Parts: sequence; C-alpha cells; structure tokens
Amino acid sequence: MAASSTARSFLQVAATEEVVSPLRVVQIEGLAILKIIKHCKEFSPALVTGQLLGLDVGSVLEVTNCFPFPIREEDEEIEADGANYQLEMMRCLREVNVDNNTVGWYQSTILGSYQTVELIETFMNYQENIRRCVCIIYDPSRSNQGVLALKALKLSDSFMELYRTNNFTGEKLREKNLSWVDIFEEIPIKVSNSALISAFMTELESDTPVAQCDYDRLQLSSNPYMERNMEFLIECMDDLSMEQQKFQFYYRNLSRQQAQQQAWLQKRRSENMARKAAGEEPLPDEDPTNPIFKPIPEPSRLESFLITNQIANYCNQINGVAGQSFNRLYLMKSLHDN
Amino acid sequence: MANGDRTVLQFSTQSTANFSAEVHPLVIFNICDCYVRRPDQAERVIGTLLGSVLSDGTVDIRNSYAVPHTESADQVALDIEYHHNLLVSHQKVNPKEVIVGWQNQPTEDVEKDSRNSGCWKLFSQVGSFLQYAGEDARITGPLQGRCPNYRVSSTLLEIERCRVGRAFREDAMLSGHLPETRYSTGLGVTGRSALIHDFYSREVPNPVHLTVDTGFRNGEGTIKAYVSVNLALGDRQLASQFQEIPLNLRMVEAELLGFDILKTTSVDKLPTDLEGMEVTMQRLLALIDDIYKYVDDVVEGRVAADNSIGRFISDTVAALPKLSPPAFDKLVNDSLQDQLLLLYLSSITRTQLALAEKLNTAAQIL
Repeated sequence: MAASSTARSFLQVAATEEVVSPLRVVQIEGLAILKIIKHCKEFSPALVTGQLLGLDVGSVLEVTNCFPFPIREEDEEIEADGANYQLEMMRCLREVNVDNNTVGWYQSTILGSYQTVELIETFMNYQENIRRCVCIIYDPSRSNQGVLALKALKLSDSFMELYRTNNFTGEKLREKNLSWVDIFEEIPIKVSNSALISAFMTELESDTPVAQCDYDRLQLSSNPYMERNMEFLIECMDDLSMEQQKFQFYYRNLSRQQAQQQAWLQKRRSENMARKAAGEEPLPDEDPTNPIFKPIPEPSRLESFLITNQIANYCNQINGVAGQSFNRLYLMKSLHDN
Repeated sequence: MANGDRTVLQFSTQSTANFSAEVHPLVIFNICDCYVRRPDQAERVIGTLLGSVLSDGTVDIRNSYAVPHTESADQVALDIEYHHNLLVSHQKVNPKEVIVGWQNQPTEDVEKDSRNSGCWKLFSQVGSFLQYAGEDARITGPLQGRCPNYRVSSTLLEIERCRVGRAFREDAMLSGHLPETRYSTGLGVTGRSALIHDFYSREVPNPVHLTVDTGFRNGEGTIKAYVSVNLALGDRQLASQFQEIPLNLRMVEAELLGFDILKTTSVDKLPTDLEGMEVTMQRLLALIDDIYKYVDDVVEGRVAADNSIGRFISDTVAALPKLSPPAFDKLVNDSLQDQLLLLYLSSITRTQLALAEKLNTAAQIL
C-alpha cells in the first residue's frame, strides 16, 4: 500500500488538483488582536478598517499581524495614496520579517450593524485576488460590557456564486435553498501567542484575582446599551417593512399585469374566432409590443436579506445581554438577602 | 583629577525627577514579536517608539515598530530611510503619535550589572577617561548616512577599543537630551546605545530609551526605561548618563481581553458572554471566600487583626444600599421584568423574520 502510493509519478502528483480544505478555524495572534482593539477603540465611534496579514495553512487561517488604514476622505486623488500606503506598509513590514501575505481585513462596527452591501462588495473584491480571505469584525462598544466582541466572517460559497450572477429572484433562491442565514458564515476564532509573549504576560499580570473586565461584567447598568440596541432594532424593522412593501407592490403589479394579459388574450382569441369564421388569417396570440407584456423586474432580495441578518444580530445581542443581566440581578438579590 | 583645569563635574539631577513613562501592552507584544522574527545574525532588535507626552510630563508609549539595523563589533548602522518611511505611514493613521524614543534588547556581552548605574561607577570611569583625554578622538563607525557630530560618545567608544575595558560600555555612554524614546531588547545600556540615542535625540528633543530583557537574564523579564542626562565638565560635554525612570505598565487593554487569553500559548475559543460571566462569578466567589476566611481567622485569633483591612471590609459591606426589603424587591423585580420583556420582544422579532422569509421566497404567482 505504501509502496504503491509512493510510486506515483511526479506527473501524477502534479496533475492532481489541490483540494481546498474548507476553512475551519481562524487563528489570531494576541498581537494582532491588541492592535485591532487599540485602533478601533481610539477612533470609536468612527468606523475604521485595516488589513490583516498572515498565512493560509490547510484548514486554518493564521493571522499574525495587521496594520490600520488611514481614514480616507472621499476624494479621487486619495485613492492612489491609499494604494501607495498599503504597498509601503507591506514593503516595510517585509523587511522586518513579518508575513507579507494579505489574508483579509478587519473593521470596527457599532452594536453589530455591519451587514451592508459594501461589505459584500469588499468581500468580492478581495476574493478575486486571494483564495481565502476573512473579515474580522470588532465591536468596541461591547467591550464596555466585558465581552470581547470579535467575530470572523466569510461569505458562503453558494452566496458568492449567486452574487456573481447578480440574480436574487425568488426562483433562484428557492432552487439553491438559500436563506438569509446562509449569507455569512461565522468562523470560530482561536488565539495563539508566542512563548516569549506568554512568559512576559504571565509575569506582568497583576496579582489581583479580579481584572477590569470582571468589573465591567458585574456592572448593573446595562440600560443605555439595551436602549441603543432597541433603537437600532426599531430602525431596522422600519427598513424591513419598507422592503416588504416593495415586494407587495411588485406582487400587486405582477398580478395586475397578469390579469391584463389574460383579458387581452381573451380578446385576441375571440377576435381570432371571428376571423376564422370570416376565413382570415388568425392574429398571433402574443403581441410583444404591447406594454402589458413587458416583464416587470423583480426587486432584489439582497437588501431584505441583509436587513434580516442585522435584525437577527441585534436580537442575539439583546438575548446575550439579558442573560447577563439576569445573572447580575439574582446575584444582587442573594447579596441583599444575606 | 589629572586634568590641569579646575573644573567641576556636574551631575544634573533635576530634570529626571518628574519623568516617568507608561507603556501599553501592545508595545511589549510588538517588541517580542519583532525579536522572535529577527534575522538570524542579529542578536537584538532596535526600533522606534511612538506615543505622546502628557501634560504632567509622563511619556505615554503607545505603539512601536522595528527598524532594521546591522551591528558589528564597533559600529551600528540604522536604516534611517526605513525609519522615516514607516513613521510617515504610521502618522497617516494616527497623526497624534510622535516619536518618543527607541528600544533595544541587551546583547550578551554586557557583563556588568547596569542596574547600578550610580555615580560612583562613573567616577572611576571618568578617572580613567581623563587619562586618555589626550588621545586623538577618531570618529568611529559612522551611522548610516548621518551624524557628523559624535562628541564624546565616540571618543569613549574609541577608548573602548584602546582596551580600557568593558567598564565603560554601559552607562558611561551618555548623550544629554530630553527623553525621546526608543527601545532595545536586553538588560542595560551599551556603548552602541549611545550612538543610537544620539541619532534619536536629533529627531525628538527628549528621547526615552526602553530596554526589554528577552533573555530573562535575572530569571524574570525586565523592562526598563532610561532617559539620558547631560554630564558636563565645565563647558565641555563629557558624556551623558542614562538614568532609569519609573515605568508603569498600562494594562487596560490587556485586561479588557483578559490575561487568560494572552497568557497561554493558545486558546481554543473566545469566551462568550455567559462563559465570561461564569468566570467572573467564580472569581467573585473566591474573593468572598477569602474575606470570610480572613475574618474568621481574626475572630479566632489566628491572624493578627489589621485595622485598615477591617475598615476596608466594613466599608465594602456598608456600600450595599440600604433599602427596605419591599423596595429592594420591587427594584429587582422591575429590572427582571424589563429584561424579560426585551427577551420576549426579540423572540417575537425572530419569529416574524422567519415568517417573513417564508412568505417572501415561497410565494409564487400562479
């Protein structure tokens, strides 16, 4: 068995296509996480982005370093500057032996409202050049609650194909069995640190058994956060209802058009009967020039999917925070009883 | 002193009194990472520190990057163009961060314990120096592309080569400038550090020199910060002295993350909200247990009572708000009901979403 497998010729090995193992986990270094946190926190509430560098190994995507992007004005000339900046940073980092490989980008968000069309477009741009890329989303507002809100996202493959053909009609989606949960795939994150850093951190760790994040978690007031979450949720529901109204409008138009078509068809048929009776050529059954036959474009469902995703996200967050609050309230209760 | 003029060696002790430095964990991570990735023949890493100087004189070190350099026995070459390029790039993102100094790691040939950078050592060194004061001060290895003015630091290096001995290497190298910051890995300051400090002092008025001992020479990782102070003999610049300044570690971000994540070499997954809550509760429980035990011990006489701790404990217990039980219950129940309401709302929303989606995609016009 072993002999036969090693006896495969070089040609055979070279000819077999590399099987792309699915991305299972994203491994980030503590350094990259700290950099992301620092950058996002400094500029919050503005939204910032940056580039991730690392290695793509098998089913693990390793992120070893990152650098931030400067805030870009909406100006045409600055586009070239942005590209120059990126090249410059990569070149400089290469000289100090940092992995020079782009594996994705990171961006900050507020309360989890990151599902936008721009995100998808950026993904598509990146996907053209890099085989596997990931987007890391960091939410600095949740860090005040003592939670590290770091998520790694990837567009699912089926969604990407659909996006390329730009076809979001109901038919297609039903075919592929694609619903709004399938757009983004969340990938679990693993954190790794070099031994030197662990040694340092172990030593520099303060001696108190309780850290700042514990204080944050035990804070009783989560009301402002919940309020903002609810506000965002309400806005999103408004957007969703607008989208649904669009659909309703479309359906109404479609049914109206179909009724018109039927009526016209009936008329044609009766005309044809009359003509046949009179011995003339029957007129064609269809008339492409008649405006009632013009197909009405179906509105794309992409927006509604994205909004649905947002809403689901908010709901999840609310659930999480509510869970934490329950814990805290019961804790308070028992403290008081004693 | 052998010198004919009657001059007085002045030690300026004033300016370093109020300088201290605060370093963010990111800087340490960066330095360690660069050290691990250094090219094989380099024994240490040199880089620039970025940050700002706060209003009370504290230097806040927030970011850093490594600068490629080459070292040989008697010269150091720093890639200045690289340094400037990267500085410009960083400032595009964060214009408020300016150079505050430099860093490096110590090399293996620093024998003396440079933590005793006291004045007495300097006396012995200055004595020997003055014997050689007459020698021609040849300029040693130039810093790549710059630095025409070496002053005494190069003379002293020259003296090294005249086999005065390693006693000169550390802290005898002085360049008198305000703290600018740069980092270096290693314990102590070496002769080459002076040249580099020179270079950085041209960039920023007061460089701070940070050393990070990655070799764990003393069994622990030491991070030290130095500023340099001018030593003048009359009106002749003798040397500058590297004086250590107090260094605080601002670990707020690391704490946000949780040292648990940063300490181990790998964490399998990030803790979710509820898991984090669990950990916090456990810690709280442990704390309460400790206090209980302490109070029990004191009451039974096993441990001597410490009044200040007792006061702390009573303050803590008194911090619980004094509410009558019905009022407190009402408060708790109100909050509970609010949270339940929100949970209900979010569940309803999700149901609505599921329905809407079914309707949207499943509907067909027949």
